[in-house]
Amino acid sequence: MPTVIVDGKDIEIGAHERLNCIEVARRAGVEIPHYCWHPGLSVVASCRMCLIETGTRDAATGKITMMPKLVPGCQTPAKDGTVIVTDTALVKDSRARVEESLLIDHPIDCSICDKAGECLLQDYHFEHGQAERRTDLNPFHSRRRDVGPTVTLFVDRCIMCTRCVRFTREVSGTSELMVINRGSKEEIAVFPGFPLDNKLSGNVVDLCPVGALGDKDFLYQQRVWFLKRESNVCGGCSAGCSIVTEHNQDTVYRLKPRENPHVNKWWMCDDGRYGWHHLHDPARLLSAGRLVSTNDDRETVEWSDVTTRLRQDLSGAGRLAVAVSPMLTLEEAWMLCAVARSIDQQAALFVGHVPVSGSDESFPGGFTIRAEKCPNRIGVEAVVALFEPEIRGWNDLVRAVGAGEYDAAWITAGYPHAWIDDTTAAPFGRLRSLVVQDLFESPLTKLATWRLPAAGFAERAGTWVNVAHRAQTFAAAVRAPAGVWPEGRLYWNMLGRRGLYDPAAVRRQIAESSAALAALGGDLPAVGVDLRVDQLASS
Amino acid sequence: MKPTDPAITWLEEKPLGLTERLYLPLFLQGLSTTARHMVSRKVTVNYPEVRPTVGNPLIYRGVHRLNRDDAGRVKCVACFLCATACPAHCIDIVATESPWPDREKYPESFSIDELRCIFCGMCEEACPVDAIELTSLLDLTGKSREEMIFDKEKLLSVYDMTKDAEPMKSKTLAAGGMATFGPAPGLAAGAGGHH
Repeated sequence: MPTVIVDGKDIEIGAHERLNCIEVARRAGVEIPHYCWHPGLSVVASCRMCLIETGTRDAATGKITMMPKLVPGCQTPAKDGTVIVTDTALVKDSRARVEESLLIDHPIDCSICDKAGECLLQDYHFEHGQAERRTDLNPFHSRRRDVGPTVTLFVDRCIMCTRCVRFTREVSGTSELMVINRGSKEEIAVFPGFPLDNKLSGNVVDLCPVGALGDKDFLYQQRVWFLKRESNVCGGCSAGCSIVTEHNQDTVYRLKPRENPHVNKWWMCDDGRYGWHHLHDPARLLSAGRLVSTNDDRETVEWSDVTTRLRQDLSGAGRLAVAVSPMLTLEEAWMLCAVARSIDQQAALFVGHVPVSGSDESFPGGFTIRAEKCPNRIGVEAVVALFEPEIRGWNDLVRAVGAGEYDAAWITAGYPHAWIDDTTAAPFGRLRSLVVQDLFESPLTKLATWRLPAAGFAERAGTWVNVAHRAQTFAAAVRAPAGVWPEGRLYWNMLGRRGLYDPAAVRRQIAESSAALAALGGDLPAVGVDLRVDQLASS
Repeated sequence: MKPTDPAITWLEEKPLGLTERLYLPLFLQGLSTTARHMVSRKVTVNYPEVRPTVGNPLIYRGVHRLNRDDAGRVKCVACFLCATACPAHCIDIVATESPWPDREKYPESFSIDELRCIFCGMCEEACPVDAIELTSLLDLTGKSREEMIFDKEKLLSVYDMTKDAEPMKSKTLAAGGMATFGPAPGLAAGAGGHH
């Protein structure tokens, strides 16, 4: 095994791993500060922050020969016998000088800068900079320049790491951003008439190590130290990007991608990034309503009564059909199927409406936005397959209801956008009992006997299986608004289970009952598990 | 700290001496304290008929105010540092882009729950632009809880009301002048050196 020596400590790396000094040092628990280097982008070694001392150890004699000058850690490959030293006076002095040079022109407006609190310039200056400032505080404010519909640039805050420029060239492949002028006058800019408006543009804000690029959606909304962070999964499409939901007092303020080499690497698309606003839409359904007369007159039913009265209504209605929404988590879907079968042993289970918009959109950096705008079709199909001999979809259900095959239906939806028109909804009006669980009013909720509110993606807890059969578990980031029971809680109570809804307990139960989903048994890693790989291994 | 902690020194109560046991000398001693207070200068006043005088308004911590800049605009830049420093979580700010070219950010709304506030002065300490200050207004009353949540307009009106009697503390300190405020000469040098 190749061995790299980091600050006197031997670190073994894989025989075929191609790592630079920053990555190897990280394994030794040594953080080499860096601005311009990012694992997802090409190496330019321009910021000079990661300068370190390197050398080689002769394998035969063990004699160490050091290089006379400092080298950038990001550009120096670590191989067998590489010696990395990060804590000498030379290295420390170099870092302090880089910090000082960056701060000559950096405005001291941390107090109104949105990046303050998560700014690398702040952090590194605190750790590696010097306490004394030898230049004037100038300028105090940053010039602002619009670069696109979602991103704004604070010109003077930029430290010219060019991460954003490389991102638009290498990952989104759109090349909107560029560097203008030279030397100390360098600035990031766009060509007139070619704004930064690609579907991955929000990532440049995450990449920016300082507060130069700001997200207009988040600008001035919160100081970052007020935000609480919950690992989550994006529900925008079937790619199932790993994200972090940042929230405060049950209000979501922004979503950020979470590194997951199997799914989204370091990125997420703007559709997903800004796709949380529906959670706080005042038009959301916020109470359980039951129809008392035919002209859409509804009584609000307490949730404690919903569990019993809903069961009564449906037991007396006749043949039951259930649409299991691909917005539900695996656990919720399984409990819904169990609830339906406990009401009517012959209940027909269908996979709910799968919204599709356009076609898959791929980017040169390997990122794909899926056309299927729901996070869990594969998971819901796997659950329905446990109960039904064959998978039937939403169109089959609409056809069967139109043909009068069922007397009652329970439609789960929870889609953030309008999804059904009057014509499709019309046949459901003839049912004796119709339960609709959705985020917003729709032609279907108007016909419903029971109109139940659904939970949004950040309010759910459970597991979603993405298009590549990768199952990822997550906890609820925020509480559902007052008056809303998330689906999991309702089904948990309708099954007569005690205590709070516990997705892990349901997941264990699913894993025990199914070989296809056996991988869900234990605690899932943060990057999720591939259900197919596990099946191959167990067969 | 546990009772067995070595840092604790345990003392025994001394047995009563002759004077203690005679009772009368101690009785007279106590009575003389009472008599002394009856004739000494009073430190209390008949509030509200008589208003107490505030010794040094620069360090007094009364009702908050939001200062205005030279153009009459709110000085606050909505950096949330006061809200961050506040131990009582009584400051609520909604920030937005400022309508002025020379400023990036300003508070769309700024409210302080005066009932929740503990008047510690941390907000004043944290403010990087000397926008929030505690005045020497000490009688703070209201008829409802809602009334005691001071919004931006009210806090600015406190400034308008008090600016003549109490100029902005930063300006007073910059001028090195505690002269207008009488005592506490040591403070001017100490606080002035900070700037």
